[in-house]
Amino acid sequence: MKKKIVTLTIPILISLCIMPFTFLENNRAFAFSNQVIQQGAVGDDVIELQSRLQYLGFYNKKIDGVFGWSTYWALRNFQYEFGLPIDGLAGTETKAKLVKASKYNKQFVKEQINKGNKFTHYGGVDQNKQSAPQSKAPAKAPAKAPSPKPAAPAPKAAPTKPTAANTPGGFSSNDIQLMANAVYGESRGEPYTGQVAVAAVILNRVNSASFPNTVSGVIFEPGAFTAVADGQIWLTPNATAKKAVLDAINGIDPTGEALYYFNPATATSKWIWSRPQIKRIGKHIFCE
Amino acid sequence: MIRGIIIGVLALGVAGTAYWGYQEHREKNAILLNAENNYQRAFHDLTYQMDLLHDKIGTTLAMNSRHSLSPSLVEVWRLTSEAHSDVGQLPLTLLPFNKTEEFLAKIGKFSYRTAVRDLEKEPLSEGEYETLKVLYKQSGDIQNELRKVQHMVLQNNLRWMDVELALASGKEQTDNTIIDGFKTVEKTVSGYDESDFGPTFTNLQKKDDNFKKIKGKTISEKEAISIAKKYMKFDGNAEVKVTENGKGSDYGFYSISIRNKKTGQEGSMDITKKAGYPIWFINHRDVTKQNLSLNDANLKAAAFLKENGYKNLELFESTQYDNTGLFNFVTKENNIRIYPEALKVEVALDNGSIIGFSAEDYLKSFNEAREIEKPVLTSEQARAKVNPNFKVMEERQAVIVNDLNKEVLCYEFLGTIGDDSYRIFINAVDGVEEEVEKLKNAEEVYDEVI
Repeated sequence: MKKKIVTLTIPILISLCIMPFTFLENNRAFAFSNQVIQQGAVGDDVIELQSRLQYLGFYNKKIDGVFGWSTYWALRNFQYEFGLPIDGLAGTETKAKLVKASKYNKQFVKEQINKGNKFTHYGGVDQNKQSAPQSKAPAKAPAKAPSPKPAAPAPKAAPTKPTAANTPGGFSSNDIQLMANAVYGESRGEPYTGQVAVAAVILNRVNSASFPNTVSGVIFEPGAFTAVADGQIWLTPNATAKKAVLDAINGIDPTGEALYYFNPATATSKWIWSRPQIKRIGKHIFCE
Repeated sequence: MIRGIIIGVLALGVAGTAYWGYQEHREKNAILLNAENNYQRAFHDLTYQMDLLHDKIGTTLAMNSRHSLSPSLVEVWRLTSEAHSDVGQLPLTLLPFNKTEEFLAKIGKFSYRTAVRDLEKEPLSEGEYETLKVLYKQSGDIQNELRKVQHMVLQNNLRWMDVELALASGKEQTDNTIIDGFKTVEKTVSGYDESDFGPTFTNLQKKDDNFKKIKGKTISEKEAISIAKKYMKFDGNAEVKVTENGKGSDYGFYSISIRNKKTGQEGSMDITKKAGYPIWFINHRDVTKQNLSLNDANLKAAAFLKENGYKNLELFESTQYDNTGLFNFVTKENNIRIYPEALKVEVALDNGSIIGFSAEDYLKSFNEAREIEKPVLTSEQARAKVNPNFKVMEERQAVIVNDLNKEVLCYEFLGTIGDDSYRIFINAVDGVEEEVEKLKNAEEVYDEVI
């Protein structure tokens, strides 16, 4: 019986000890969430990081919510100037120093991003001078503002979307979109791996000497893909197809370097059967 | 009276339909002609480029001055690339025409490699000269064959649309002059397979060791399943299927696919037969939330690699796509990054599980007994070789695979010119600028702006 009480009290005691600290922690880093921000990250914390770095004059590019190279160098310069270890990571210490040294007008920044305005967030400059409304946006935007405004003061309301996105090296997001179209048109009924495989075949062809050297060249090669010939490529692809394309670009090749694939149920060409086959995924046979 | 009206209406109807049908017919013909003209343009363009190519190789052969040799070779390179792109626009996909395209790519590579090097210091060798002569003859043969086809096309008003239809319907045996002509071209080129392109040429066959460096005993299907279990973490309820690779593969592997109807898990994995290394795996599910930061996910990825026995790795790139994090690791040996040995790990940011993994590059270049040369240049000397406008922010030593497909030790400099970031590799032995890479900025999301 006594043992039970002990085992019960210990955790309570521990949590009592920790609680004040966690409250403290929350108070201090009230601005950033308590994640360590590293290169490649996307989101609210990155927007804040960029805004604060810009406030201090380290970051001169667009505040877009993506931790890219410019943000990385800005952060490292900040760490250097403020005598912090230069690692390019926004950890607890760096964030605390940054919060202390700079101001962040969250409402202003979010409002600008939501409206799609061009804006900056430098310290010591009048805010009205730092934002230029998009030519399309009506001049009397403030009158319209009430609808998004009530959401803004709430601490964790709908997070602002970054205005940029990461794309893998060598491919624009439009290339990815085009590939997603092809993958969706060719293999939307297939398992996920089968969709990655179709994307991988497109990439293998781009790299092969016997095919055109661009994504669009490969996809639109006459007769290469049935989805192109019958127009199914112009269906709107879903998120899965896009994810499959990203996986393939990022190096997953489920096909074992295949250059061709066909559906044995519908293939009309005899020649395709003569290719050495590597494997079968879903309904498609992949070959050299 | 009524009869008269009905007849009138019907007559109008018939006339209207006839008119509509005629319009449709005309539109269809216009579209067909348009498509046909596109094919014709690509085809005549191709024969024209081949003509030029042949002539250009000829003039290159006749040249003595090294100054003009370089531009001439560059011209050859440009022509091959144009011809290649023309081939890509013809409906020949179902016709085996790869050899011809490969031939074009080979000439392109050869002329590029010889054109970009300093011909003052290193003139064309005897062997390369011979290669050029052979290429001259071969391109002449192809030109000849293509001209024959072209002549017949023009003579008999042959249409490429018919070729496309014949190929699509699988009736290739039917007599089609264009198809036969191209088959002859292909046959002519197949004969060249063994022609010697000289030492500069080794690099077209992409260095593909097919996991030869892996050592270990061959595993059984059962062992393969237990390895898959270890990596992908699935329970007994999942349906597991194992298949061996087909005959067309260059190396032996098992494919394992898993389906768990209860949890909706869908995974696949390839494992080498030799020693049982995973080549890649996908553990697919929808990730709709982000609970972890990219940094937390990074730790998970590193822990996963450590748990599975991958040693001496260092993170070199991390990126967030929606709710997944992608991490690129490379080997680090004695403080030198080995870029060819790269591993990619994809982590779901909702619960930190590993949803994707690719080790193909790593397995292909993995080498425990890698001998890294000693640098001849100091880092200062190497730094003097980069563009003076380049502001160096980070530097280290690294091994990369260069244009000639050789592993070389380099100094890697990361830094900026103006607003853009670059990664520059300077060979640590001879100071050659091996590679300059512009680092990508995040791309604007266009539909958000509106």
